[in-house]
Amino acid sequence: MNKIYGIYKFKRGKDVGEFGMVSLAVDIAGVRLRNPTMLASGILGISGKLLRKVAKAGAGAVVTKSVSLRPKPGYLNPTIIEVDCGFINAMGLPNPGVDYFMKEVVIAKEGNVPVIASVVGERVEEFVEVALKLEAAGVDALELNVSCPHAGAGLIGQNAELTYEVVEAVKQKVKIPVFVKLTPNVTDITEIARAATDAGADAITAINTVKAMCIDIETGRPILSNVFGGLSGPAIKPIAIRCVYEIYRVVDVPIVGVGGICKWQDVVEFLMAGASAVQIGSGVIKGLSIFSEITEGLKCFLEKKGYEDINCIVGLAHRV
Amino acid sequence: MVTSMNYPRIVEVKEIVEEAYDVKSIFFSQRGLKKPKAGQFFMIWIPGIDEVPMSVSFIGENELGITVKKVGEATAALHSLSVGDKIGVRGPFGNGFTLSDGDVLIVGGGIGIAPLYPLIMDLLNTTDSITVVLAAKNNKMLIFLDKISNILRRECDSLVVVTDDGSAGLRGLASDIAAKLIEEKSYDHIYMCGPEIMMRKIFDKAEEKGVEVQACLERYMKCGIGLCGSCCIGEYLVCKDGPVFNSEILRKLKDEFGVFKRDSSGLPIEFSS
Repeated sequence: MNKIYGIYKFKRGKDVGEFGMVSLAVDIAGVRLRNPTMLASGILGISGKLLRKVAKAGAGAVVTKSVSLRPKPGYLNPTIIEVDCGFINAMGLPNPGVDYFMKEVVIAKEGNVPVIASVVGERVEEFVEVALKLEAAGVDALELNVSCPHAGAGLIGQNAELTYEVVEAVKQKVKIPVFVKLTPNVTDITEIARAATDAGADAITAINTVKAMCIDIETGRPILSNVFGGLSGPAIKPIAIRCVYEIYRVVDVPIVGVGGICKWQDVVEFLMAGASAVQIGSGVIKGLSIFSEITEGLKCFLEKKGYEDINCIVGLAHRV
Repeated sequence: MVTSMNYPRIVEVKEIVEEAYDVKSIFFSQRGLKKPKAGQFFMIWIPGIDEVPMSVSFIGENELGITVKKVGEATAALHSLSVGDKIGVRGPFGNGFTLSDGDVLIVGGGIGIAPLYPLIMDLLNTTDSITVVLAAKNNKMLIFLDKISNILRRECDSLVVVTDDGSAGLRGLASDIAAKLIEEKSYDHIYMCGPEIMMRKIFDKAEEKGVEVQACLERYMKCGIGLCGSCCIGEYLVCKDGPVFNSEILRKLKDEFGVFKRDSSGLPIEFSS
């Protein structure tokens, strides 16, 4: 790979002017965000009104729940459990199915930020069919969920050939940008990232949750009804940072970093690792104000460091 | 060891009371759990079966209770419990009722009386008068009658029993009886829980008369902590912003309150009367 690390100039200490006009806008494969924070898939995105509310709370973009061809009720409860350093969930990708969800997309769009639809399928053809319907409904981009650690479709993202096949099939049919969300539950995430970009992925989202489980010691039973779930929250941030850093070295498309973001410092770290934007999931437990708090924090940090543009710090940790 | 309230605490069933042929109250120790407010709920885990939201219906010194109507697999499992069995309890969650003063009307339809019972206990200390409309389809499904008559000891308080078929108390719909009371008397505040169509009708009447309400709602719930969105109503979450909603919020929910809920996939299901 002949990649030049730190493609943006490192402008430490430059005066940004008395009003401190710092630009937080980012462009992910043609999807323009007023700031680099997005709502992660699976969190709240079941209805257009909730997505609109998150947009109005300050998110730069919102990602829907993973949408499948037919409605999915998800697993029985318990579907989420808090552990010392995050949450383990196995919701089972509940969603009302693409035909109904198209109506929710219309409402979500009223939030006036890009709406990215997460797509899931059991087969390649299902990914394509759902993707086409969501494109017709007006979403700004798609995020292929090939990485859910507790659903069958998650196996796709553990196999480079299958990933290539799904991404290529969707890319051949749709015109809007296609992000591919990867799982950390693989030996080498760069291999899957390469397969996705070779197949035409416009951006990589990393990472999905880390496969995990939790047993109640009083009853000796696994707590989640599905037994296995995905770990999110602060526990997985260092894993996500490592994955983004590794992926940045091998792909030329933008990376959307996700995993354990709770504060603006986490976002800076993801950007320095190579992400151009980030997603916030479990962090929403603190309230939707997390989006505006992070945005404010980022502005102050960039001003203090003398950067005019947030894009200046993308991939900074890779500079030679 | 996780001490978070988002982790189920395993408690032993201490007592079971049969309230009606399909309704049981289950009591357990409060030890290790934060004391709930009336209107708050717990996620009750029946290991190996399911986890379901249940309003707290009894708040004692050291004991808590939930009241369960048998409607599906999870509630049937709760009904099959015996004293000494173990369940997981996560919570308390939600906002709970806000206490008011003056003259209040309380309307409980069916199992909806459960979260209102501890509320009535609290309101006895803050109000001038309490009128309770206790409603059910028939006398067999009427619950908490003795409990409520026992606590409404003040001269100023009254109890109106209503059944659809007239097998106990007045014959008619709770919403009609409540609407009549709202029309005739001047209440300062209305609290209600029960079928959503009933609550919507009472809310509409209260709006007409300018009386503030608090309604305790129910939606399909998964996480219980404001992350998954399953229990959404409008742009609110029943688990976090509710389950108790006041008039100010209900006015923003006119398209959904008493109109539709969602199934576990998120598909809308219209309420039918």
